[in-house]
Amino acid sequence: MQNLIIVINVLSLVYSGWFIDWLLAPERKRRLLITGILLLILVILAALPFYGSAYSVILVASIIMYVVLTVSWTIFSGSTGYISLAPAAFFGVGIYTSAILGKEFPLFTIVLFGGLTSFCLATLVGALTLRLKGIYFTIFTFGLVLLIYQALLWYEIKFTGTRGRFVVVIDNETIYYVMLAIFVVLLIIAYFIRRSKYGLALRSIGEYEEAAAHMGINVTALKITVFAISAFFMGTAGAIMATKWTYIDPGIAFNPLFSFMPVLMAIFGGTGQFYGPILGAAIFAYLEETLLTRFPYYYMLIFGIILIVAILYMPQGLVGLIQKIQRRISRSERAHT
Amino acid sequence: MHILEGEKVTKYFGGLAAVSDVDFYVDQGEVAGLIGPNGAGKTTLFNLISAALVPKPGIIKFKGKNITGLKPYKICRLGIARTFQTVKIFANLPAVENVRVAAFFGPPKSPSSAEATREAAELLDFVGLSKVSNSPARDLTLANQKRLEVARALATRPELLLLDEMMAGLNQTEVALSMELVKQIRDKGITIVMIEHVMKAIMNVCDRIIVLHHGKKIAEGTPQEIANSKTVVEVYLGEQTDSGS
Repeated sequence: MQNLIIVINVLSLVYSGWFIDWLLAPERKRRLLITGILLLILVILAALPFYGSAYSVILVASIIMYVVLTVSWTIFSGSTGYISLAPAAFFGVGIYTSAILGKEFPLFTIVLFGGLTSFCLATLVGALTLRLKGIYFTIFTFGLVLLIYQALLWYEIKFTGTRGRFVVVIDNETIYYVMLAIFVVLLIIAYFIRRSKYGLALRSIGEYEEAAAHMGINVTALKITVFAISAFFMGTAGAIMATKWTYIDPGIAFNPLFSFMPVLMAIFGGTGQFYGPILGAAIFAYLEETLLTRFPYYYMLIFGIILIVAILYMPQGLVGLIQKIQRRISRSERAHT
Repeated sequence: MHILEGEKVTKYFGGLAAVSDVDFYVDQGEVAGLIGPNGAGKTTLFNLISAALVPKPGIIKFKGKNITGLKPYKICRLGIARTFQTVKIFANLPAVENVRVAAFFGPPKSPSSAEATREAAELLDFVGLSKVSNSPARDLTLANQKRLEVARALATRPELLLLDEMMAGLNQTEVALSMELVKQIRDKGITIVMIEHVMKAIMNVCDRIIVLHHGKKIAEGTPQEIANSKTVVEVYLGEQTDSGS
């Protein structure tokens, strides 16, 4: 029963992306109906604490966290092709903001602040590094994670004398609702970016940046802004997740895994469509949880094998696979008529 | 009136002067040709005008205003558009989106979504690509990709259009169509500077020709004057030697 509830909620997440893709397609009708369905999905997700167990609430919250990280990564990197490995840095900055401010401010302020700090950091880093291209940019963003981690570790040992700190604890339901709220806001923002002329400009930067610059697009400003927006959501996710962990130190907050996971999830799902990264993140996070509980010793191994198979046989991600199947079905239908 | 002026425009790549001390001007409404052997600095000069590169030293003026050192997107919004020698289309976007993005960002004042869409459709029609407007740009033929670049450049509502070897790699029929297109663009009141190796096209459409060689301007004049110029012939065909020797 609990498993079914979890599956329903995960499917709700994925379908929210799928229906947003529907809204984005140019000639689609019945927009009102789709918006209604999206609201229904939101109700299903929002009601989870009332019909699901405490475990399912925690699990879905952490799945949504991965979805938030992956979708916000895709906003920038999916369309521009700048592969950023900085998510762990922005996520960690959110975590630390929350740990520092947690005792003095209300939750809403903390989460907002976590996001804003990441936003500012991303603006600064973006201004410095977004002139780098390809692998250079990727390496630098990953270096940023390690830089902040080391600097913080040095600071804590040198000045505070203690490593790590405690975070104000908040109950799981509140964490879940805040996470869900971040997810909803993120989807709305991502939807409007994709729909707007800026979404088109981002894609043309991904296609040929030099040409985009000569077509009147202020590429630097656009890249930095969207990079910062994507960091904002990673920061908010970090700020709320910190309260779940009660104790954090630089190693936990700036765990490089949080840089790689969103990238892998987005690649696994496929970045072309909206539901791709959501699907990838949802399946991956669910898989991680199940494998971790059932095969604690082999989980990383199984994980790795799945990933290799995915990259070898699904270069366009799950979305590509689904589209291929859809095409095959529609072709055989045509053959029958 | 000079719409574009360059004063002592110079650009070094390492120790090599790709463009050296070039003074030039382009008059409003004319079609100016820019010719010269390979490596003469023609594309570099285009890159300097469109701000992909910055001249050092040198000044470039557009409509009397110094535009040296501005960013490429600003240059575009001021009214200078360009195409590229090797096509730089947005390959995975549909043809119409290629043009639409330029229509959104190129003009000094951004149009509404409906206006941009209409403008894109009109321009695709103008260059004769309405039939393929929804195909991904990568699937177009080279000739059509070059036309798409022209449509995209026009969508930024330029006053000055820089065409970089629009006819290279095209067959006879396509070249004839391209020449027709250049004339149609001129008739819209847009000033054109074109780099071209296809001499027939240059002689046919240009009002005035500038010749570059080793980064220096060696001649300038009407197609007739250029065709008869001794220096230009020497540059292209080698020095004339006495017959029999």
